[in-house]
Amino acid sequence: MTKPNYDALNVGDAIPSFTTEPVSRLTLALYATGSGDHHPLHLDQDYVRSKGIPDVFAHGMLGMAYLGRLLTQWVPQAAIRSFGVRFTAITQVGERMVCTGKVVEKLEHAGEKCVRLELTCANEQGEAKHKADAVVALA
Amino acid sequence: MLIDKKHIGMKVPPHSVTPTAWQLKWFAKATGETNPIYFDDAAAAQAGLPGVLVPPTFFFCMDMDKDHPFDYLETMGCDLGKMLHGEQSFVYHKPVHAGEKLDFDGVITDIYDKKNGALQFVVKDVKVRRQGELVCDVHSVMVIRA
Repeated sequence: MTKPNYDALNVGDAIPSFTTEPVSRLTLALYATGSGDHHPLHLDQDYVRSKGIPDVFAHGMLGMAYLGRLLTQWVPQAAIRSFGVRFTAITQVGERMVCTGKVVEKLEHAGEKCVRLELTCANEQGEAKHKADAVVALA
Repeated sequence: MLIDKKHIGMKVPPHSVTPTAWQLKWFAKATGETNPIYFDDAAAAQAGLPGVLVPPTFFFCMDMDKDHPFDYLETMGCDLGKMLHGEQSFVYHKPVHAGEKLDFDGVITDIYDKKNGALQFVVKDVKVRRQGELVCDVHSVMVIRA
């Protein structure tokens, strides 16, 4: 991994993006195992239909995990100072998640050179599911 | 019914979790992680780590890893069927690895509402410590619909 350089980065620069495979029922089952969140809203179609919801949908934290991967593909995890997300829409089965990020600020934080990133997890139609913000320390 | 703001300052029952390589392997598979330091003991050891690395959002999973993860909302009389996850954030202090016992110590830091009480927000802040050393702050906002 080539670590990004603070001086070479400018506000507006994009970080490398990726698009996930479509979120499947298997993805949700795997995430339930990995996360320990077995809420039936994400797994049990009979349950969700009994609640008047047409289908199971993705765990919000799955999308945040994708954005975490976007960060750790760009910098070693130890460089991440903070990472926060607002959940704005539900991710449906079958959607691919487009994960993108850009530099929105260069700052000094606790004596370190840092960049603030704006990250978005959206579907292929551009509907944002999660909007996130991260501060990353760079040399 | 609005949640009583007297619960601001309420301590959440503390709990401890030791993340396992087994669970982190499934987490990596679910999230499409391909970097083996997140799921392969040998790769983590080769990278000089004491165990596979706990990924950034897994602190939330560990915070929820208790018999009643929303015990604090139950204490407030909230209907968990009307709960949504509104916001989630983390401040990182130290890397954490599989096999390291972590202590979760939380407090309710705010309760507020919007749209004349149609949406209520409960804010929880958790300190995660390893042998007394702060490793992560976990900030969660849960939304209760009317």
